[in-house]
Amino acid sequence: MEQNLIRCSGLRKTYGRFAALEHVDLTLGRGKIVGLLGPNGSGKTTLIKLLCGLIQPTEGEILINGQKPGPYTKSIVSYLPDRMYFADWMTPRDILDLFEDFYADFRRDRAEAMCASLQILPDKRIKTMSKGTKEKLQLILVMSRDAQLYLLDEPIAGVDPAARDFILETILRNYNEQGTVLISTHLISDVEKVLDEVVFLCNGTVVRQDTVDHIRETEGMTVDGLFRDIFRAMPYRREPAVTEFPRMEGGEQQ
Amino acid sequence: MDWSIADSRPIWLQLEEQLTKRILSGEYPMGSRMPTVRELAAEAGVNPNTMQRALSALEGSGLVVTQRTAGRVVTEDQQLIHAARKEQAAGLIAAYLQGMQNLGFTEEEARTYLKEGN
Repeated sequence: MEQNLIRCSGLRKTYGRFAALEHVDLTLGRGKIVGLLGPNGSGKTTLIKLLCGLIQPTEGEILINGQKPGPYTKSIVSYLPDRMYFADWMTPRDILDLFEDFYADFRRDRAEAMCASLQILPDKRIKTMSKGTKEKLQLILVMSRDAQLYLLDEPIAGVDPAARDFILETILRNYNEQGTVLISTHLISDVEKVLDEVVFLCNGTVVRQDTVDHIRETEGMTVDGLFRDIFRAMPYRREPAVTEFPRMEGGEQQ
Repeated sequence: MDWSIADSRPIWLQLEEQLTKRILSGEYPMGSRMPTVRELAAEAGVNPNTMQRALSALEGSGLVVTQRTAGRVVTEDQQLIHAARKEQAAGLIAAYLQGMQNLGFTEEEARTYLKEGN
């Protein structure tokens, strides 16, 4: 077994002339919960999609458990996209059937128990569910797999604080202890205490990788505080005579 | 008692303090079995590795002992618990005196105040 679960070297991904990721060398071990942190448009979703094998790198290499993304890695990676991808006429029962067919490591009993504890009815159509319920359902499906790598793209964006606690607790209680969880988010203060390690992305490059407690020890501040320090943007101040707008860069990639 | 990770010091340190308080207050009684790392981590909403580190620190100070059969249990050493309680008390007293000093009382006045209750 490879010692490192994820190894990226010289990774680069461009969309047209825009480089979403550049010179990314990243190694992640096993049994860890890792935060992938960065402002909007810093390349978090791009990196996760590369790890999933949904998109291909322009340059460089990705190895998951020693293998390039492909059918094998997909069988050990459980991915939570940043948006709902099920047809809205489907019911939780339909989706559970689908997951059971698709993934050998799916634990249907676990998913059913979690749905029951949240009073998600098996025959209620997705169309009729609230946004928060849909997000919780999707997380339940992803966390009901005994995967090696969980890739969670913004699992807590857009839900209320109580639902956030539920989501984080679900992750803590259900992830496979030999596996690694990679959570992308910009809501750092909410996730900081569940993380071992953080990776800061800025304009497509990794600017820092460290453990949460090491940052707190050496910087004397929370990871949230450090993030605000690193990414503090000067608000635009109106000058008496404006001749030119500042050029915008970045933006979320689809 | 609820768990709180309120300040910017390392999280394991804050967990260790709160576990210590729970032992000294008798919430985890002497000789009783500690909940598992995973259980404690989920309850506190923290990373299991961080909780593990806090428990290791408690083992270092002797408040928690690992037994081959029962797993982690709270120490039955009364002297150790007593000493730890006194240490915490000393911290509370120092904080009280400092607070009173900040209000402009001398140490003597602060002591008299405490004794008389008003």
